[in-house]
Amino acid sequence: MLVEAMALSDAEWQAIVLSLKIAGSAVGWILIPGIAVAWLLARHEFRGKALLDGLLHLPLVLPPVVVGYLLLLSLGRNGWLGQWLYQGFGFSLPFTWQGAAVAGGVMAFPLLVRAVRLSLEAVDPKLEAAAGTLGANRWRVLFTITLPLAIPGLLTGTVLAFARALSEFGATITFASNIPGETRTLPLALYTLIQTPGKEAAAARLCVLSIVIAMLSLIASEWLARRARLRLEERDR
Amino acid sequence: MSSADALECHVQKRLGDFALDISLSVPASGVTALFGQSGSGKTSLLRLIAGLDRPDAGRVRLGERTLTDIANRTHVPIHKRQLGVVFQEARLFPHYRVRSNLTYGMPPSARPRFDDLVSLLGIEHLLERLPGTLSGGEARRVAIGRALLTQPRLLLMDEPLTGLDGERKQELLRYLVRLTREIDIPVVYVSHDTAEISAIADHLALVEQGRLTAHGQLDELMMRLDLTDRLGGFDAATRLSAKVVDHDSHYSLTRVALDDGQTLRIPAIEQPPGTPIRLRVGVRDVALAHVMPEGTSYRNGLSAVIEAIEPSPQAPSASEVRLRVGRQRLRARLTRQACDEMQLEAGKTVIALIRSVAFDSRF
Repeated sequence: MLVEAMALSDAEWQAIVLSLKIAGSAVGWILIPGIAVAWLLARHEFRGKALLDGLLHLPLVLPPVVVGYLLLLSLGRNGWLGQWLYQGFGFSLPFTWQGAAVAGGVMAFPLLVRAVRLSLEAVDPKLEAAAGTLGANRWRVLFTITLPLAIPGLLTGTVLAFARALSEFGATITFASNIPGETRTLPLALYTLIQTPGKEAAAARLCVLSIVIAMLSLIASEWLARRARLRLEERDR
Repeated sequence: MSSADALECHVQKRLGDFALDISLSVPASGVTALFGQSGSGKTSLLRLIAGLDRPDAGRVRLGERTLTDIANRTHVPIHKRQLGVVFQEARLFPHYRVRSNLTYGMPPSARPRFDDLVSLLGIEHLLERLPGTLSGGEARRVAIGRALLTQPRLLLMDEPLTGLDGERKQELLRYLVRLTREIDIPVVYVSHDTAEISAIADHLALVEQGRLTAHGQLDELMMRLDLTDRLGGFDAATRLSAKVVDHDSHYSLTRVALDDGQTLRIPAIEQPPGTPIRLRVGVRDVALAHVMPEGTSYRNGLSAVIEAIEPSPQAPSASEVRLRVGRQRLRARLTRQACDEMQLEAGKTVIALIRSVAFDSRF
């Protein structure tokens, strides 16, 4: 009886798997641009740097619904970018899980950039200059010195971004809507249950599930960060 | 630029209130010391040569190759300059083992030199260690090896002994002196320490307030009275080149011969007979006599000819006597009173007495 009561329903499984898929894809598509932008901000001076920095932080301070609406305006079928995507590739983002991944990625982007930028700035530029005198070009310096030394921050940023994408609600529901099996992630499923009279128990179950997943990702993040630290320290010792 | 020069630079750069304006030629062999007080611009000059900074005007040429020419908008990036750079701090990569640090910039053609260089630097036993576990002196030796294994056409060293304590400093200096005799690439060595420079350098470029104020063979510059204040002052010295003859293990002394066959006894050194060494002789450690005295503790008496006697810039009581010993030159600082009473004058032959225990640097 208890085991059956504990077992997850299909709808619950669907929401979990979908959430993980969307959050994973969100992190996947922002990872490389995020590192690139963080590197640009950490290691280069250029015109408009302050503007870029400000724009990057917008998703942190804007209401998520505004971000979702802006995405709809630009990436919707009639949006300037969406039109080009649809006519050029027959590809449309709104109301799809890919769209939800885009929304989650945009919301998580500033967190990723911030964490990676901090860890890149902590890498001693003198070591990079030394690598240059040993004949390493800019790319080799990046891949053999800068990024390896920034790995703890890279991991933290990735997990943080994943957690942010997982909990994304406002931008997702505005841009990708709340379609079961397509864009109904855990937060959206929870919201739907709360809106439905008599589903309090089911809502409570999802609530507990969310807490469990959040805890697991926090633990995973701690574990990864500690492992990376230990590896660097072991190398230092 | 003569064909014997490895590097020629003529650079100008403004750094805040400070203006650097230097023309320098570095001979194709030997160690050229860039010498000056901190803030004189010697490290800035090294950075311009290395390509870490860009001059406001001027050019840098390495052999036939132009590295920087502002007028032609040429500025070869740092990683294509083929210059070895050893920084003040070792700057080893903390996430690579010593071996990987050494091979980071090593072309396959340098492979055969790896073992020799590693043993010359005494770092064989460190290869599998991580840089964080090395002492300051060990880390610098690895950094020097790492720079040399890139097969540079010129080695730039920026005060590589800074921050090491006395014992470690002497040890690394011994490695450096041995190394600079073994390798056949020119070295530019930045330092503000006269003892360090007299141990290692062949040529000297004196940098003061962003300008080059003297440039030439170190042995000759050490003879110049007008540079005494800059090159040691009270502790000014000159150098003698010699070869090891034999060792006296009972008294722990080593006999060395100058080029004219005269010999000196110095505290024992390890080098085998035949090894060329340089002796730093403090100007206050040389006394003069008309004949070799009997019953004296002086172990060394060199027959020398007085070239000139001039008032010392250091003290009104003293005179600086410049001497010729064979083809080499030596300075002695005596009281004016002694010079007068002994009736010393240019052209006279005298005995230069040097205490054996006065030889401190043994390279």
